[in-house]
Amino acid sequence: MESHDSKQRHTIGILVQNRPGVLARVVGLFSGRSFNIENITAAETNEPGITRITLVTTGDQHILSQIVKQLNKLIDVLKVFDFSETDFVDREMVLIKVRAEERTRAEVLRIADIFRAKVVDVSPHFYTLEVTGNDSKIGAIMELLEQVGIVEVARTGKAALARSKKH
Amino acid sequence: MKLKGAQIFFECLKREGVEVIFGFPGGSILDIYDEMSRADVRHILVRHEQGAAHMADGYARATGRVGVCLVTSGPGATNTVTGVATAYMDSVPMVVFTGQVPTAMIGDDAFQEVDIIGITRPCTKHSYLVRDVHDIPRVIKEAFYLARTGRPGPVVVDLPKDVIQAYAEFRYPKRIDLPGYRPTTEAHTGQIRRAYQFIKKARHPVLYVGGGVIHASATEELLRFAEMNQIPVTSTLMGLGSFPAAVARPEAEGGVELHPLWLGMLGMHGTYRANMAVSHADVLIAVGARFDDRVTGKVSGFAPKAKIIHIDIDPTSISKNIEVDIPIVGDCRNALSKLIDMSQAEPIENLQDQRTPWLEQIHNWRETYPLRYVQGEDVIKPQFVVESIYRISRGEAIIATEVGQNQMWAAQYYHFVHPRSFLSSGGLGTMGYGLPAAIGAQVAFPERLVVNIAGDGSIQMNIQELMAAVCNCLPVKVAILNNRFLGMVRQWQELFYQKNYCGTCLDDASPDFVKLAEAYGAVGLRATKPSEVEPVLREAFSVNKPVLMDFVVEPDEGVYPMVPAGKSISEMLLV
Repeated sequence: MESHDSKQRHTIGILVQNRPGVLARVVGLFSGRSFNIENITAAETNEPGITRITLVTTGDQHILSQIVKQLNKLIDVLKVFDFSETDFVDREMVLIKVRAEERTRAEVLRIADIFRAKVVDVSPHFYTLEVTGNDSKIGAIMELLEQVGIVEVARTGKAALARSKKH
Repeated sequence: MKLKGAQIFFECLKREGVEVIFGFPGGSILDIYDEMSRADVRHILVRHEQGAAHMADGYARATGRVGVCLVTSGPGATNTVTGVATAYMDSVPMVVFTGQVPTAMIGDDAFQEVDIIGITRPCTKHSYLVRDVHDIPRVIKEAFYLARTGRPGPVVVDLPKDVIQAYAEFRYPKRIDLPGYRPTTEAHTGQIRRAYQFIKKARHPVLYVGGGVIHASATEELLRFAEMNQIPVTSTLMGLGSFPAAVARPEAEGGVELHPLWLGMLGMHGTYRANMAVSHADVLIAVGARFDDRVTGKVSGFAPKAKIIHIDIDPTSISKNIEVDIPIVGDCRNALSKLIDMSQAEPIENLQDQRTPWLEQIHNWRETYPLRYVQGEDVIKPQFVVESIYRISRGEAIIATEVGQNQMWAAQYYHFVHPRSFLSSGGLGTMGYGLPAAIGAQVAFPERLVVNIAGDGSIQMNIQELMAAVCNCLPVKVAILNNRFLGMVRQWQELFYQKNYCGTCLDDASPDFVKLAEAYGAVGLRATKPSEVEPVLREAFSVNKPVLMDFVVEPDEGVYPMVPAGKSISEMLLV
């Protein structure tokens, strides 16, 4: 199919039966059909034996509808939900290690305070911040901290839930 | 009483109604082979595990039942991969049991260890590594259920040695519990009604049908629906046999009377009338087909004027390659039955008047460019061999093919009337498929004539299975269209690579097929002149033994019409 030039990011929630290899099936589907994964998280839910995978992908409407249909075809997949079709909340947690020399420490703490980030580790030259938020918040704090000097970053990937009804 | 895992395995197979296993033993699977001697099941010992997979596949396509194959770990398992991928692409119900090293050794790079579940993940419908003897019954029940329901496909079950050696109480589950697997079989009535409104208004309707019609056993419904609304039918390679191409059996000397609504196959080597009909259609009804690139050619040039209705059990097939106007997810038989009901409730007014111009146009296309070849006195034309097979078998044989020119000529010149009588690797295009597939079909139908139409190249890819045919008294007939070339590749080189025949010439590079047949204990026959074709076929069909027929044919013959890759299907090369 000729692709339409409207690549968009989509957050997709997938409920799966927690069987051996289920993550490999999901990830293998994306690589095998040249779909893209920007980030992915997977962990058990409150229901025993059921895992929620949340992933962010890019593609036009046609690719996205193939992704959703192909995922649904996997035997261990119970439910697939494209969050972009509804109101949803999403959060990601990031650990950011920044340079914290004498003259920049106050600045780091001020930024952390504005973004409600926590300082979770302190060493003579570095602070490690924990910040939780959506894409725009995390983008904003990273941009500010970049000026101070980010040493390294670990992101969890996104978790997402629809706002009202259960998915 | 507790049973050993290997015994449980056979108890499960018995409950699934398995009558034959195609297999090859080895260290990891030996406990099952040990138990097999006491089990009530037929075993066909293959000579290469790829053969086992294709035999199970051929058996499944010919019967509609689940084909079963059994191999050992490591190379035994990897040798089935081509067969598994072949079955996956063509939606063939099959369960492949592979041995595995003991669970404690998995991951240690043990002798003959391979991660077959990982290797086959992209080409199976589902797969299981059984870690506990207690899981064997549930897994086997699920595997057979998954293989045969919905859009059918192969399932791999990996059985570690310690699991088949362990003991457990045997209980076969009554129910299937697969909450993530609920194929939609019931076609949405509202969508069917919308579709029928388009069909009612259509002036140039075409039914484009595929293997899904055969999988769903919907051939009677297809014929009924097509005839009651006078809609011409074209089929994919996989769909051949879903619609009766001919209305009468071919007489020894007479011509063939094709069904007036039959357009022949469409696509790259489709008939002129089929490709023209699709190109001029105003409503295209796709049933159990998936708009494969060999069918559509250039996507924008495929059925450019048509509203497209697509019936398929697999939602991923719909709007994958071509955006459709009316998607209908469901079982083909269910959907066609509903369309028949609707056609009865509100029949098309003045049907004959409406259809006459369209059917006349199609008739003209057929007259202008029929499938044709010229059979002279000296050299055998490959098409003549296929037509002779058709005539002498009265259209009643099960035909398997290899891949390439032999496959296309079989598709063009054998007019299939029955479903499940054409066995060919369509999606994956696996050379070496035909002989083992024919053997699998012969196991299921020992009394029927089973012919593998082969090339001199592809027959050599699994020729070793001739031994399995001889040993098991399976009288398959192999007709080699021997043109001393890898013919289809050569044809592409001729047309698109300036006749640079690199790697495709097999002159003096094949064995003497007659002697080879004899070495295997089969019958070898050869025809070098057109007049010898019929006597050779008649002799071959009358012996109750496997026969290898070497038809020395014209090397320069090409398959036409041909749509060059990337062109619209209306842009055919005709010869």
